Amino acid sequence: MNLRIAELGFAYPNGKQIFTEVNFSLKKGEIFTILGPNGAGKSTLLNCIGNLSEPTQGGIFLEKDNIKDLSLRQFAKQIGYVPQIHQPTYAFTVEEFVAMGRTPYLSAFKKLNQQDQWVIEEAMELVRITHLRNKAYTQLSGGERQLVTIARAIAQEPDFILLDEPTAHLDFGNQIKTMKLVKKLSDQGYGVIMTTHNPDQVFFIGGRVGVLNRSGAFEIGVVDQYLSEELLSNLYNEPVHLFYSDQLNRNICTAGA
Amino acid sequence: MLKNISFKENRLNFSALLVLLIVILGALVIVSLCMGRFPISIPEVIHVLAANIFPIPQVGDVNVESVVMTLRFPRVVAAILVGGSLALSGAVYQGVFQNPLVSPDLLGVSSGACVGAAIAILIGIGTFGIQIGAFAGGILAVALTTTAPKLIKNSSNMMLVMSGIIVGGLMSSIMGIIKYIADPETELAEITYWQMGSIAKVLPKSILMVAPAMILAIIIIMVLRWKINVLSLGETEARSLGINVKTTRRIVIICATLLTASSVCISGTIGWVGLVVPHLGRLIVGPNNMKLLPVSFVLGGIFLLIIDTIARTITSAELPLSILTGLIGAPFYFYLLKKERMNLS
Repeated sequence: MNLRIAELGFAYPNGKQIFTEVNFSLKKGEIFTILGPNGAGKSTLLNCIGNLSEPTQGGIFLEKDNIKDLSLRQFAKQIGYVPQIHQPTYAFTVEEFVAMGRTPYLSAFKKLNQQDQWVIEEAMELVRITHLRNKAYTQLSGGERQLVTIARAIAQEPDFILLDEPTAHLDFGNQIKTMKLVKKLSDQGYGVIMTTHNPDQVFFIGGRVGVLNRSGAFEIGVVDQYLSEELLSNLYNEPVHLFYSDQLNRNICTAGA
Repeated sequence: MLKNISFKENRLNFSALLVLLIVILGALVIVSLCMGRFPISIPEVIHVLAANIFPIPQVGDVNVESVVMTLRFPRVVAAILVGGSLALSGAVYQGVFQNPLVSPDLLGVSSGACVGAAIAILIGIGTFGIQIGAFAGGILAVALTTTAPKLIKNSSNMMLVMSGIIVGGLMSSIMGIIKYIADPETELAEITYWQMGSIAKVLPKSILMVAPAMILAIIIIMVLRWKINVLSLGETEARSLGINVKTTRRIVIICATLLTASSVCISGTIGWVGLVVPHLGRLIVGPNNMKLLPVSFVLGGIFLLIIDTIARTITSAELPLSILTGLIGAPFYFYLLKKERMNLS
């Protein structure tokens, strides 16, 4: 399965262009991070890929199919979307919440069956939240909620999972845990697209990165070759430093000199 | 106690609970049929009911049969149908609008339906016309209420409630105009009857007229209750889970409005039921609409049946139902809010 973003652009109805000419493609098992400062339009780009906003130029293709031509149900079976953490209105239990990931496979007359239940169990097991199954979603911490939403996306049995700033509102420990989980997802064979405003996370993840700057230009490259101190300093208008850590076996990105 | 039952994910427990509630409702039906100015014993009531279903001889006393079947039975059916429908539509509105504060009253649907029914009475187009009028008024009210937050570009819980208050206020003013121009001898009395909320004069004919629409709406809502769960997560997430948000929302809102409008046709406006009962249901079985919707319907039936039985037995003159639902519903709602420690933002 191949996800291809071709000549993608988005402009508001008032004509303000957010980004143009976004081109990249992704296979199952790969991770692609989208890096950019606040307000650059990362979420809008991810929403376009997730079929939640309609792009004004170009298109998104699953193999040869333009996603515009797929039903919402077909789309939901192939791409799972993990929104930013938020406070939900109703206190569904964790299991009920994860079960909603099965929605594209259900119909008015087909209720959850044994196999659906098995997929739900697997999804909860993979992100290690089985022990929370009877807890109310509203009573969870931010980090736990993030895990539950990821489990719901896994229960969709998609080929690709999109995560919108999965570490926003999380403490330091939960940020690292979430990044490890993202890597685990790709090891499990999911293609992952993730937005972030923290360049250090991009070095942790590795692979390919797309940088969206404030003018709406989008460039891609392999993380260690492409992300330089100069590029990052220009992106954030602040001197950014890279250090190689033998212990972590990767570049560390920080600022504040 | 009940809370422990609710959070266990056990299908059997839920079925048992639902059966228990239905048994309670059944028992209340019999008790309610016994009570009134002309007391009838439980065995007699059971005999009358059985004789209407099975080929056995009817009770000797004709008065007993006519009081049970002609006077009280239609009221009992109306109370259950109206109470259940109002509670169900309240639960549905709370789900699709992701807002535990709304209800058929607060969204202006009840008063809109009342205006529609009143206009139909003014024009004088019969029971079916009143039904159509009530439905049109209800739909118009819910459309107005949901449009205002979009125009102001504020989709918070409070904005929707404010908008409902505005539409409700508008509708009661229109109601005032209608009453002002209505013929005080005939039309005004009939219109005032709608507003007070009563099932004292309910006729089997008018129940049968409205019931098909209600049952259809209930079936559609029950079929869609999984999707109502997903809609209650919000538009973005529902869409990402493969739900056609606009269409599904529209169908569900139309069905809930049809239920409210049909209730208004039978009984006029009865407040509080649609707000309080879904909260009580959520306290017992949690927010999962797969369970909440059937439970809300049965609880709503139980609630209004009790209220109506009190209304017709407590004094020699009938009390309007809205007075009692308010007297019981308002403090009870306060208790529920305290217990739920609802997070309002």
